[in-house]
Amino acid sequence: MKPAPFDYQAPGTLREAIDLLASNPEACVIAGGQSLMPVLAFRLATPSLLVDLRRLPGLGNIDLRDDGFRLGALVRWRDIEDDQRLASAHPLLRAAIAHVAHYQIRNRGTVGGSLAHADPAAELPGVAVTCEGEIILFGPTGSRTVRAGDFFTGPLSTIRQPDEIVTELRLPKWPGGRRWAFRKYARREGDFALAGILLFYDEDREGVLINPHVGVIGACRLAHRLTGVETLLDGRAIDDGLIRRVAAMAAEEVDPPDDLHADAAYRRGLVATLVERSLRAAAQQGSAACG
Amino acid sequence: MRVSFRINGDPVAVEVEPRLHLADCLRDVLSLTGTHLGCEHGACGACTVIVDGTAVRACLMLTVQAEGTSVVTVEGLSSDDALSPLQTAFRKHHALQCGFCTPGMLTTAHALLTEEPDADADRIRSALSGNLCRCTGYIPIVEAVLEARAAYRKADKP
Amino acid sequence: MIGTNRYIGSPVERIEDLRFLRGRGQFVGDLKRESMLHAAILRSPVAHGLIAAINPAAALAIAGVRAVITAKDVGGVPRIPLRLLPLPGTERFLQPVIAADRVRYVGEPVAVALADSPALAEDGVGAIALDIEELPPVPDRHVSGRGDILLYEEAGTNAAMIFTGDKGDADAAFRDADYVGRHRFAVQRHTALPMEPRGVLAEWDAAQGRMTVLGAAKVPFFNRDTLAAMLGLLPAEVDLIENDVGGGFGARGEFYPEDFLIPFAARHVGRPVRWLEDRREHLTAMNHARQADCEIEIACRSDGTILGVRGEVFVDLGAYVRTNGLIQPRTLAQCLTGPYRVPNVRITSTALLTNKTPSGTYRAPGRYEGSFFCERLIELAARDLGIDSAEMRLRNLISGGEMPYRLPRLEPVGPAGDTECDSGDYRETLERCLAEFGWEEKRALQGREIDGRYHGLAVACFIEGGGAGPKETARLDLEADGTASVYVGSTAVGQGLETVMAQIAADTLGMPLGQVRVLHGSTPFLDEGYGAFASRSTVLGGSAVFEAANALLAEIRAAAGARLGCAAEQVEVEDGYARAPDGRSLAFADLAAGGLRVTTAFGNDNRLTYTYGSAAAHVAVDPGTGDVELLDCLVVEDVGRIVNPLTLHGQAIGGMVQGLGGAFLEHLVYDATGQLLAGNLADYLIPTATDFPKIRAIALENHRSPSNPLGVKGAGEGAIIPIGGLMANAVANALASFGAMPNQLPLSSARVWHMGSAKKSTGSSE
Repeated sequence: MKPAPFDYQAPGTLREAIDLLASNPEACVIAGGQSLMPVLAFRLATPSLLVDLRRLPGLGNIDLRDDGFRLGALVRWRDIEDDQRLASAHPLLRAAIAHVAHYQIRNRGTVGGSLAHADPAAELPGVAVTCEGEIILFGPTGSRTVRAGDFFTGPLSTIRQPDEIVTELRLPKWPGGRRWAFRKYARREGDFALAGILLFYDEDREGVLINPHVGVIGACRLAHRLTGVETLLDGRAIDDGLIRRVAAMAAEEVDPPDDLHADAAYRRGLVATLVERSLRAAAQQGSAACG
Repeated sequence: MRVSFRINGDPVAVEVEPRLHLADCLRDVLSLTGTHLGCEHGACGACTVIVDGTAVRACLMLTVQAEGTSVVTVEGLSSDDALSPLQTAFRKHHALQCGFCTPGMLTTAHALLTEEPDADADRIRSALSGNLCRCTGYIPIVEAVLEARAAYRKADKP
Repeated sequence: MIGTNRYIGSPVERIEDLRFLRGRGQFVGDLKRESMLHAAILRSPVAHGLIAAINPAAALAIAGVRAVITAKDVGGVPRIPLRLLPLPGTERFLQPVIAADRVRYVGEPVAVALADSPALAEDGVGAIALDIEELPPVPDRHVSGRGDILLYEEAGTNAAMIFTGDKGDADAAFRDADYVGRHRFAVQRHTALPMEPRGVLAEWDAAQGRMTVLGAAKVPFFNRDTLAAMLGLLPAEVDLIENDVGGGFGARGEFYPEDFLIPFAARHVGRPVRWLEDRREHLTAMNHARQADCEIEIACRSDGTILGVRGEVFVDLGAYVRTNGLIQPRTLAQCLTGPYRVPNVRITSTALLTNKTPSGTYRAPGRYEGSFFCERLIELAARDLGIDSAEMRLRNLISGGEMPYRLPRLEPVGPAGDTECDSGDYRETLERCLAEFGWEEKRALQGREIDGRYHGLAVACFIEGGGAGPKETARLDLEADGTASVYVGSTAVGQGLETVMAQIAADTLGMPLGQVRVLHGSTPFLDEGYGAFASRSTVLGGSAVFEAANALLAEIRAAAGARLGCAAEQVEVEDGYARAPDGRSLAFADLAAGGLRVTTAFGNDNRLTYTYGSAAAHVAVDPGTGDVELLDCLVVEDVGRIVNPLTLHGQAIGGMVQGLGGAFLEHLVYDATGQLLAGNLADYLIPTATDFPKIRAIALENHRSPSNPLGVKGAGEGAIIPIGGLMANAVANALASFGAMPNQLPLSSARVWHMGSAKKSTGSSE
């Protein structure tokens, strides 16, 4: 399973990288390579040129700012795990990333790579979409900012143009005391989710649930929010009855694929289960909220 | 393309095609055949090596991406005279049968224990979940890694 | 045997580990030769079709691609013969070494490209223009059985073989029964999946007319003879060399098309050729296994005593009959009832051809499947009759007093295929298992919901027929430096052969272990050899080594006696020295100058040994996700005699985990056009370190085998056998309140979820 032949460049500036992409329509970007290399090994893609981002400066930072978080495209899963600030600053991000693949892959896989690859079962696109993040793209005409909800268009498909590079993911600020949960089901540890739910909500002064955000991965063609579920939750008090209704609605709201690992009905069932467990976990925050 | 890096402490320079992955470079160009190919698509972990201190799948890395890095393979885990404490523990616990997955298990465990000498059984299993073994059923491997922790907790690392 | 065993019975650390731990194993992919070319194989992309044209021009135009070989270049070569059970009629369904005008499965070899590097060879394969006129495929055994589409028109049938297992009078037993239960069960297609894919490195010496092939495994002597015949050479002109082997499990080492194609290519181009299989092609090229379904019934008295079992089993064999492809259906016909007393049996087992990768043996072939069928059948009968699972087994296990216990007569094999359970106390391992497991205490959890999960327990019993004949050969040389070299026809696949054989030789010769080296498998070592399969290496290879060592010992004593002036019987041998009664001694090195060498063969008249045991399991099922957590699984087996408890335990744990993979995860899924959907390791799922940590195994040696001088029984396959039925019954018991009927493997989380989601409706779910 050797790749078809290609040329290779590791440019030193973003501008050089963009110029290479613009002048080589058959080129592919490579960062950590954890998603691209298997694609090349199976010869599902046969690019004439790989443009490696490894030498580009300034793309490996995790910035915590007043207005939110900025993760450079070359930030690796490992960097997120090692960043002690994130455990309390953005626990949902931290919890979701802990489930990505395996130990070795987390040492190389990147934020930009995951977003650009857009696997519908991947964790980071789920975080980006659920948290209303923004993805910064850099191309021949400069930077543009795309809402995460608009970025993903289908399985392995985004609105990124061939001569653009993902340079950053921005996530809104995360208030302390926010209730959240991440629940994923896969057949083995490290496998892609058959279904995964990411959620958070806040509470107003009376303890009423506000600002619910519920996202799904795995049981869908692309990571997306469950807006019907969010509407049902908004302004309500969490009780068993509500949880059951919300879970049932979530199962209806998703449009899951059928594949050799899971049929659509099962995926719907998983969504219902994971929504239910996520809500209970979030409501009981103080104990472990992620499983 | 010419690529220069360090391998098991020694500098090397190789001339390779861009598409040659690091595992093939180690095996075929440098004749370090301890790193094994079990799948070539990043699923089995038999090709795990340590690059700049972290465990990576050598089949998912191009040789050209190793430029300027420091690579350690299973051959670099011990001297000619003696097995390392980790290798000794593997032998004691019968943590290998056919030996094909073993180099990847050793490099992964070594990287893990170097950073986390107090890793418990759950953490060890989780870190090894990306290394497939068909012979042992994993239990003796986890036992061996648990026993080897003592050597990594000492002030002088092996 | 002299004195007490120092090594036999001890958990000796393995000799072979030293090179593996250092990354200095010599697997075939680690070997190279001067001017070597690399081969890649063009494989059929369609399941069934007629080859209209193969055009290699574009491939040959790639710089570095040196040659492309097709059937035209190969010419007429015998088809791949059956190593086992070459019954009349099977010759119609043998696989050619390369597809000539027709392809019958996705993955069938069509051409070989030779190039300067593996990447270029793959580029070459990609550039060969292959034109195939598709034929309607036979996607499963049901279509196969209908016979509207035939894989071989001349044969007029897709049924490659029909076996029957007969004992007593099944029809009469069913007429008189208080209870009859009838069910359908199915085991999925899965595969051995050793971590090392295959490889072959071949060198042709034109001057000498000798072919040397490296990468041999399992049965090199048979493969050598087969290859020689295909190449038009004498066996003596062909050497198959065994190096290090990354797991076999029954699948590696049989004769495959590549075992001819690569040596042929080396002779064709006059340069060494190496082929290394990649994982994607491995999944369509290496033997598949296990796919079988059945409709069977059990007849019992109301107290649970089994009176009879009858029914039909169907095996989906794939497109050709492979060298050992008939072992699975044959064993299903004869051994389905396992260790239970079933006086009346009639099982028909039909091997049907389909347009899929051909299947062969995989660790306990036919036994894993048969145990699943049998244990489900018995469990359902126990449930219907209101009898406890363990009690049902106890009541029906073959007892020691009934040994030897004859299993059903197998046709069309006849008396030559008769076999009997040899020795042991089956009840003892069941009672030990239940006690160690804590069955009495845990029973209360059966079917209960705790913290949202349903708990289930199950027990199963098994026999492992091992030590398959006919014989094995060993040669012992006492070297000039006093060390001993043991040459044995057995082959190593990772099971610790070098250490176990050394233990036997060292103890028998009274030598330190470090003074014994073991060389194995390669054809130049011995005039004849048989290999490692059906858990025979310790039984036959070990016995051959034992007898050779005893013969060598006799020679040592005779030689020492002559030199020390005493009778041979008076010579004491210890620690590499031969000592006379008066205290004078000679080191082995002093005696070896005369050239001491012994060769023996040990045969067991094809009497199998029967390791036996029991297993118990406790699961917790999450109906919300279909997840099954294995909370405890224990296998207790009596192996007759333990040579190395360390390696034996490794076989048990490894076998259990493979069995669990088959029970929950592994599935070679095909679509309706014969395309394999599980084409990589992200889709074909095997257990990882986190999946099944709570398993344990205990080995007993209370009942020796009567059929070999060591008293050992084959023990590499026992622990895998009961796992499928055990897990299905545990899940069934956990989800009893849902009416769950887990009658198909694998118990994927999807299937289990569906079974656990029907509580709101009234019917049962499957």
